[in-house]
Amino acid sequence: MSSRVIHWMESSRASGVLLIVLLLGFWQFSALYLMDTPTWPPVTRIFAVWYENVVDGTLIRHLLATLWRQMLGYSLAVLLGITLGVLMGYYRILNNLFEPLVEIFRPIPGPAYLPVLILFVGIGHEMKVVLIMIASLFPILLNTYGGVRSIDPVQLDTARTLGLTTAQTMREVVLPAASPQILTGMRISLAISLILAILSEMIVSTDGLGYFTLLAERTFKVPDMYAGIFTLAIFGYALNRLFLLGESKLIRWHLESSGRR
Amino acid sequence: MYSPQEYASMDYLAIDRLSKQFSAHGQAACKDISFAVGEREFVALIGPSGCGKSTLLHIVAGLSAATSGAVRFKGAAVTAPRPEMTYIFQQYNKSIFPWRSVIDNVGLGVKYRLQLPRPEMEKLVREQLKRVGLDRYADYFPYQLSGGMQQRVAIARALARRPEMLLMDEPFSALDAMMRVELQDLLLSLWQQVGLTILFVTHDLDEALYLAQRVVVLSASPGTVAKIVEVPLAYPRSQVATRREPVYLELRAQLYRLMVEQVIAGRAEAP
Repeated sequence: MSSRVIHWMESSRASGVLLIVLLLGFWQFSALYLMDTPTWPPVTRIFAVWYENVVDGTLIRHLLATLWRQMLGYSLAVLLGITLGVLMGYYRILNNLFEPLVEIFRPIPGPAYLPVLILFVGIGHEMKVVLIMIASLFPILLNTYGGVRSIDPVQLDTARTLGLTTAQTMREVVLPAASPQILTGMRISLAISLILAILSEMIVSTDGLGYFTLLAERTFKVPDMYAGIFTLAIFGYALNRLFLLGESKLIRWHLESSGRR
Repeated sequence: MYSPQEYASMDYLAIDRLSKQFSAHGQAACKDISFAVGEREFVALIGPSGCGKSTLLHIVAGLSAATSGAVRFKGAAVTAPRPEMTYIFQQYNKSIFPWRSVIDNVGLGVKYRLQLPRPEMEKLVREQLKRVGLDRYADYFPYQLSGGMQQRVAIARALARRPEMLLMDEPFSALDAMMRVELQDLLLSLWQQVGLTILFVTHDLDEALYLAQRVVVLSASPGTVAKIVEVPLAYPRSQVATRREPVYLELRAQLYRLMVEQVIAGRAEAP
């Protein structure tokens, strides 16, 4: 390989984009000429179906349904996780009280709560929101807790010498000092919340991208199924991008001082 | 300046038979320490590492409790941090909050204390920044500043609180030599301008002699007061001239011998 190609590959991610285009091209070629089966439709057909579903509002409607329940469950998890995490990290008594409980619930995979929730909350919107919340809670809780526990004692002593009250210390020192870890937990949970939203929609629902995708498979509308999955890929990517953008604004001081920019 | 008799009689800050033990049967960090600091006096506290000088300063600041004995500030026992005293930490990179700009770090010192309207607070903060020579760096973040500049921010934040007394815990020991010298002179000029009382912990006897009117020497672990030395050198002091004066050199030799004795005694006692 010539040095110019190597330089190009080292200096930008354009090669990665090119790889995606090449794979899609190979998909297209194989679907047209190598594998003549309805389970492997050409990419052009998938995009055509995707476009139809976007224009007639179907995909938008399902996307918004997913986004709504995901964000509801996720926001509750963020509120609860940060509150509990800060309290447990800051007060030894609360740590001793809640830590064993957290350790028992933590290893249970999110989907395992589903049967219990169906029994108690039913199969509606609330069940999905609660499921998303429970599964998203632990990464936020544990990262917040860890972040608060690792705050340098000098920072807390500084708050005391400046005469800050406990509430002021939380606002001015504890939350900002732990914010890099809190945001790490929130990013992990953002992905988890989407997984649980899709899963719950696949199991019992009448809307959402999970419902749309599974229904398309069951009704032999294979291009629609792929269109649903493509939408999820773009949606997940956009969510993560948005999150990173917000994060880089919120903790610029951290990213700059730790040389991550 | 005050004569030794004058400040001895003031008894502004009194440390009275103070002891600190970290656990019930653990070794004591400091034991039966008594000395006083007069109003507007500059006292340095030196001792070998592990003699409990930082522990002592923590107790004086009200950040931790003594096992026995008491600290009295203007007659009242110190049990929690007091607004008239401000602490300057050695770890300026921790004590200055990295998520706040320089101006907001200094502002935090008074944000909840003075309840000033925003423009007045900003004016006050900018005055302090000017005093420490950082007026051009108000909108910078700590990671954009050198160590010396970060410690200046901490000093500006302390001054904004209009303290009567500064408690300084090895504030310059993490800085390189030139920065340290610069900050020593800045501190002396601030001390004289503002009329502060300073208790300054250091392990550097040159620094102690150069800055202080009196030097309290602690013995090795557990720390006790080994000696209190008067430093009869005139202010303003000069990094070159003062350090050449016969009195300075004589005291330096005397303190050096004392410190070596303490280190050796500490080793002999160690298990």
